[in-house]
Order: sequence, then C-alpha cells, then structure tokens
Amino acid sequence: MSSAIRLEGITRRFGSFTAVEDVSFEAPSGSITALLGPSGSGKSTVLRIIAGLEVPDAGRVWIEGEEQTHGPVEHRRVGFVFQHYALFRHMTVRRNIAFGLKVGKVPKAQRDQRVDELLALTQLEGLADRYPDRLSGGQRQRVALARALAPRPRLLLLDEPFGALDARVRQELRTWLAELHRELGVTSLLVTHDQEEALELAQRIVVMNEGRVEQVGSPADVYSRPATPFVAGFVGAANVLSGTVISGHVQYGDALVAGADGLADGSPAVAYVRPHDLVLSPVQRSGASVPAQVESVTPLGAVARVRLRLDAMKTLTAELPPSQLDGIAPGSRVYIDLSRASVFAPGDGVSDELSPA
Amino acid sequence: MNAAPPAGRLSAAPFPGPSVRATVVRGLLIAAALAYVGVLLLAPMGGIVFSVVHAGWDVVVSTLSAPDVVHAFLLTAIITGLVVAATTVMGVVTALTLARDSFPGLRLVDALIDLPFALSPVVVGLMAVLLFGSTGWFGPTLAAHGIHVLFALPSMVLVTAFIAVPFTIREVVPVLEASGTEEEEAARTLGASAWQVFRHITVPKLRWALAYGIALSAARSIGEVGAVLIVSGAIQGRTETATLFVYRAMENRQPGAAYVVSLCLAAVSVLLLTGIEALRRRHDRIREVA
Repeated sequence: MSSAIRLEGITRRFGSFTAVEDVSFEAPSGSITALLGPSGSGKSTVLRIIAGLEVPDAGRVWIEGEEQTHGPVEHRRVGFVFQHYALFRHMTVRRNIAFGLKVGKVPKAQRDQRVDELLALTQLEGLADRYPDRLSGGQRQRVALARALAPRPRLLLLDEPFGALDARVRQELRTWLAELHRELGVTSLLVTHDQEEALELAQRIVVMNEGRVEQVGSPADVYSRPATPFVAGFVGAANVLSGTVISGHVQYGDALVAGADGLADGSPAVAYVRPHDLVLSPVQRSGASVPAQVESVTPLGAVARVRLRLDAMKTLTAELPPSQLDGIAPGSRVYIDLSRASVFAPGDGVSDELSPA
Repeated sequence: MNAAPPAGRLSAAPFPGPSVRATVVRGLLIAAALAYVGVLLLAPMGGIVFSVVHAGWDVVVSTLSAPDVVHAFLLTAIITGLVVAATTVMGVVTALTLARDSFPGLRLVDALIDLPFALSPVVVGLMAVLLFGSTGWFGPTLAAHGIHVLFALPSMVLVTAFIAVPFTIREVVPVLEASGTEEEEAARTLGASAWQVFRHITVPKLRWALAYGIALSAARSIGEVGAVLIVSGAIQGRTETATLFVYRAMENRQPGAAYVVSLCLAAVSVLLLTGIEALRRRHDRIREVA
C-alpha cells in the first residue's frame, strides 16, 4: 500500500506557542487515518498544514509522492470539511457543490451531471435549491462533504466533522461516512477527539498530545498495545496503579505484574489496565493477583460494571459479561488478576485515577 | 433546577399581564421617540416640501432649468461618483486589512479611521488649503506642472473623500469579523485562486454592507458643504456644487430656488437609503421562498 500523505518533522509555532512539534507519519492510500487527541493537541493544525491553509515552520509534506510543503492551496486538490461546515451562505446547495467544478472550468453540462451524482450520493436530491440556513446540521455537513468531493480530490480532510452535531445525528453520519468511504475509497484523514469515532472509522490511528505524535498504529494496536501512558489513558478507559519495579515486574501490594523489563529496580512504575481486562476469581490463581472486596455491581446491559476496593485509598473498575458474575456481589472477596496491564515509567500527565471512558 | 416561571405569574399581583404602570411607561416612551423623530427629522423635511409647494410650479421649472443649477447638480454628481468609487475600493482594502491582518499600529489606524466623524469639515477644508495652497507644501510644485488642485475639482473630491472615508469601512469590518475566514478557506481548497475567492465569496458576503456604505458615503458627499466651500471658492457656474448653490441662493434672497434644490438633494438621500432597505427586504423574501 503506497502512502498518499507523508509528513516529515512538521513543526508549527504561533508566537511562543508550539502547536505542532516534529510530527511525522504516513497515511496509506485509500484508507481512513484518524488524527486522535484532546483539544489543543495540534491535530487540526496538522490537517491545515496538509491542506496548505497553514505553512509549517519546519518539516516537509508529500501528497501522492509530490512535495507540497509550500505548494499553493488551490493546486493541492484536497477536499476539506470543516467542523462548522463553512458552506457558502449566499449560494444554494447546488451552487455550493458546483463551486469547485466551476472554478476548475468544468463545462456546464458535465458540471450539472456531477452535481446530480453527488446530490444522489449524499441523499440531498430534494434540497438542491435551498440555502444553507434552511438546512439541519446533518444536512449541512452532507452538503459540505458533497462540495469537497465534487472536484474528485486526491485526499479528503475532515476536521472534527461531526463535532457540532448532536449524538444521534453524529452516530448516523458516522455509519454513513464509513459506507461512503467503502464505496469511494478516497484517502481520508479524520481529525477527532472522540476515540470511539477513531476506532470505528479509521484503519490507522495517529494519537497526538501537546503537539507531538504519541503513537501510530492500527486501532487494535493503539487500544491493546498503547505505546505511552498518554495513549493508555486517552484511548479507552483504564485503571491506573502506581508501584515499584522489582526485577522486570511492578510490585503492587503482593502482586507482581510483568512488563517492566526496561526499568531499573526500585524505580516507580505505572500499570494501566482496562476494565474489561481485569479477571476476577474467588481464589488466587497467579502471582499477578491482588485481593479486593466488591463494593458495587451495576448492570449496564451487555456488561456489568464492578467497583472493587483494594484498600482504604484505592478502587478499581472492572467490566464483566453478566455470565461471569457468579459469586460476585457487594461484600464478596475476590482476587483481581492484573497480568493484562501495560506498564510504563511514570511520565507527565499521568493521572492516578481511572481515566475517562 | 428548573427555570424560573415567567415574571408575570411569579407575583400575586391583582392584575394578570403587564401592570397599568408598565403600560403608561411604554406609551410615554413611544410618544417620546415619535416626537423626537418627528421634530428633528420629519418637520424640516415637511417644511421644505411645504415651501416648494408654496413657491409654485413656475419657480420649480425656472430653477431646474437655470444653467447654474444644472451645472451645480452635475458637479455634485461627478464629485459623489468619484468619491463613492474611491471610498468603496479603498474602504474594502482597508477593512480587509483591519479585520484580517495584524501589524504594529493597527489599533491606531483603526482609531484614526473615525477622525473625519469628529473633525469639522471646515477644518478639513483648511488642511487642504495648507497642503495645496499657493504657499502650501505641495501647491507650488503642482502649480509648476500646471496642476491646479485648489479652486478646482481635485481638491473638492479630495476633501469630500476624506469626510466619507469611515462609512464603508465601518459597515464592512463588523461583517468581516463576524463571518470569519472559513468560507474563503473552503473556496481555496476547492481550487479557487485568491482573486476568485474575493470575487465569488468575499464580495457577495459583503454586498449589503457595501450597499449601505455606498448609500451613506453618497448621501454624505451630496450633502457636504463646509470643506467644499473653503477649497472650491464657490465660483458660480464652475466650482459651485448643489449645496453651495443653496447657500448662495439663501444669501441672495432667492429662497424659492434654495428650497427646490434642497428638496431634490433631500429626496435623493432618502431614496438612496430607503431603496437599499427595500432591496434587502425583497432579497430576504426571495430566499425565504426558495
């Protein structure tokens, strides 16, 4: 698979603030790549640099093998979808979609045909003569997408495309976008702060934090094998346990959790373990188990959430299918197997509590 | 917590809905606003209309067919056309800079834009005399090349333009600031050149602000008297604009002619402003239907 986008050492500063620092990654052609990170992590700036709306202070940008670091926006042939749609307010839906074709000097007959195609593709046929202010948020975003796709761009860049929509419309559009992408196969780069959106839509995820790339990998990699404490905490929920390193293991109470091979004995280490990776059993089954008392059991449909108290200071959250709840009730004593934890040396920004889901 | 219930139902007042006192206050405010507009705006307009009717049709015909009057109207039209063209083009350029760029001194430039609002037109005229008079900074040099600024069209356009500078800028900047740059950026990514973006996106976005700016600058140019009086010398049949004609007619005890020309000037200004408002309403209605 060739790379449609290649970034090398991209840095962008705004005054004394470094928005993006030494960012490098590749996005394979024909796939959706997600740029995932909290707000202010520089992911939108990276997208704008690829589009040519910003110029990097250092580093280089390649689009389909051509260096485009300083190439003019209008020659890059990238479709850009903005969070707040950025539709042309003084133009009807039809003229919005036709704009890229019109400035590209496509003859009128072909232009009309292409616009009709896109109206059908985005299910907007009945709305062609409306102005954007007469459309719902979801409709506006579909117009924005149709407009971006009309001139057959080499890349589709989506900047938090569902961020301004309510939850139900967001889910609908997300499913629809995945289908549309399967149909068209246009290389897409999706900026989002929503890890669920990234995991669902993307074949490749670039996790960013404070202007830097934390990890690049498949959704499974990023979720199951987080490369940094930040990724472990940001992508999916995780329980956080702080302990001390002993011969390649982290000691937490009496439990020894493997995975601290690179760390010196006696140094602090942090173990991240996802709620559904905690294995509960009535007896101690491995050296990586700690005893705990069940505090509460909350059924949530497909899973039940179990609060477990280790000691006066510390609780963990586990998620279990209802079939594994035998013998687990408030007050019962269990052993928690921590062997599926990911272990890191403590870095900046590591919180000591369960990170948000 | 729930939102508070509507104020009218909150108190145990004997009367539901607005109290008598509120009704009286509201009535007084409406009366005050009507009286204010009536006395300051409508009464003088009515006075002019009455005076023209009173003077009679003969005076209207003889005034409007006098060569001096025709020339004065023509001169006003030329000055207004040139000033509106200049302040519109430069106003958009300046507004784009103020709204979208940043450089040291931007705040100062922004504040200086309003100077013509605060300065007496007579002072503006005097400044032009200082610059272009026979002993001024540029006057002798220009005169040596046969270019006469003072007592001629150039100085009259110049001072009128100075006075009309703020209108377009003050209409356009808020629209630019409120609308942001995303539409322009979207157009760029769709392949539009900088000029195409300006023509197809920025200008249409600004069209109503520009229309108001043009109407206000035109109305102001048509009405300008103080600055033009000083730089033009008000030479009858040569550098006498319509307003200067009114001024001279009053001095020469020809009130009939003064009223007729005044009425024409007032009518043009009123038409300009109401015409644009009507166009905009019609445009909005068309969009509603679409």
